[in-house]
Amino acid sequence: MNKKEIFINAAFRENSVWKQILGICSSLAVTNLLMNSLIMGLGVTFSLALSNFTISALRAHTPRSVRMMMQTLIIAAYVIVVDVYLKANMPVISKQLGPYVGLIITNCILMGRAEAFAAQNKPVDSLIDGIGSGLGYTLVLLAIAAIREFFGFGSLFGFPIMGDWWVRWSIMVMAPSAFFLLAILIWIINSRYYKLKA
Amino acid sequence: MDISAFVLFWAAIFTSNILLTNFLGMCSYLSVSREVESSFGLGVAVIFVLTITAGLNWLAYHYLLVPFHIEYLQYIVFIIVIAAFVQLLELIIERYAPALYYSLGIFLPLITVNCAIFGVSLFLVIREYNFLQSIAFGAGSGIGWLLAILMLAGIRTKLKDKLIPVGLRGAGISLIITGIMALGFIGFSGIVAVQ
Repeated sequence: MNKKEIFINAAFRENSVWKQILGICSSLAVTNLLMNSLIMGLGVTFSLALSNFTISALRAHTPRSVRMMMQTLIIAAYVIVVDVYLKANMPVISKQLGPYVGLIITNCILMGRAEAFAAQNKPVDSLIDGIGSGLGYTLVLLAIAAIREFFGFGSLFGFPIMGDWWVRWSIMVMAPSAFFLLAILIWIINSRYYKLKA
Repeated sequence: MDISAFVLFWAAIFTSNILLTNFLGMCSYLSVSREVESSFGLGVAVIFVLTITAGLNWLAYHYLLVPFHIEYLQYIVFIIVIAAFVQLLELIIERYAPALYYSLGIFLPLITVNCAIFGVSLFLVIREYNFLQSIAFGAGSGIGWLLAILMLAGIRTKLKDKLIPVGLRGAGISLIITGIMALGFIGFSGIVAVQ
């Protein structure tokens, strides 16, 4: 596989959220505002790409028995970088995201890509795979967040679109709508996929 | 925060359910919920581990991280505490209760990566709970999680031979069921005024 194919494969064909149903927790929790989703997506992309790179670079020197623990610690180190950066530069968003930044560590996408890709491939390929998976994940977050913020607040990225007459759909800000929207997204993509296959 | 631990316990089960309102522990929730029996096993293991690690991590944060001013290492310390505790538990159960090990043992490694466990530890730091509150919050969250996965597993066994659109099978329909359950749990939100 060349580099471009690795990227497209990671971002779309094998997209972690809709194809492998990984990383659902945070894709539901942070998507009530577009800005939060964007920051979260970029945070995941950053830690995913760099942890993939590091794990792949160290893969020849890692004993199998402590493999998992090492991967977790590498991921945790990068997540701490993201967390400290957000706390220093975007305190408001960091507060809104709350524990979900730290929860990137237990996000199954990172562990999944480390095991499935980085443990067997070259560092640069793993870096590209990480960026691809991260951006694919960000795409899903933004798609859900756009709908939730538009109907829930009448705005996009904080800019009011609909004006004062808009009656806010408070259900869109609450938990159930996240479940429904993600289910509908998976439904649409899966049925297209089955149609293409047939 | 001066909420009694008892109130916090009920709030964690119903009004701010760890899964239905905080979206934590979704991965194993979606993948293990095919059968009621295994869901129950995993749920019990989660309650146990969640209660103890909430206490342990509270102690680690307040007696190790704060005195040395290394709060930024909380993620690493929490992860290590959880992983070490689960490993230890596995050894103890295997040695002294082999029967329990065969029914519960396979779920223990799954728990280390369950984000509900780690999430609860982070919540109790952010919300500044005291020791008793943390334990109550941990136990309540565990029971809430068990409740959610048991309900989903029950509904999924009923849906086994029903006609569902091809694209919705598996994760899709489970998410919709969960959404409806979350709607139902909003009804509890008036009972306890926390969060």
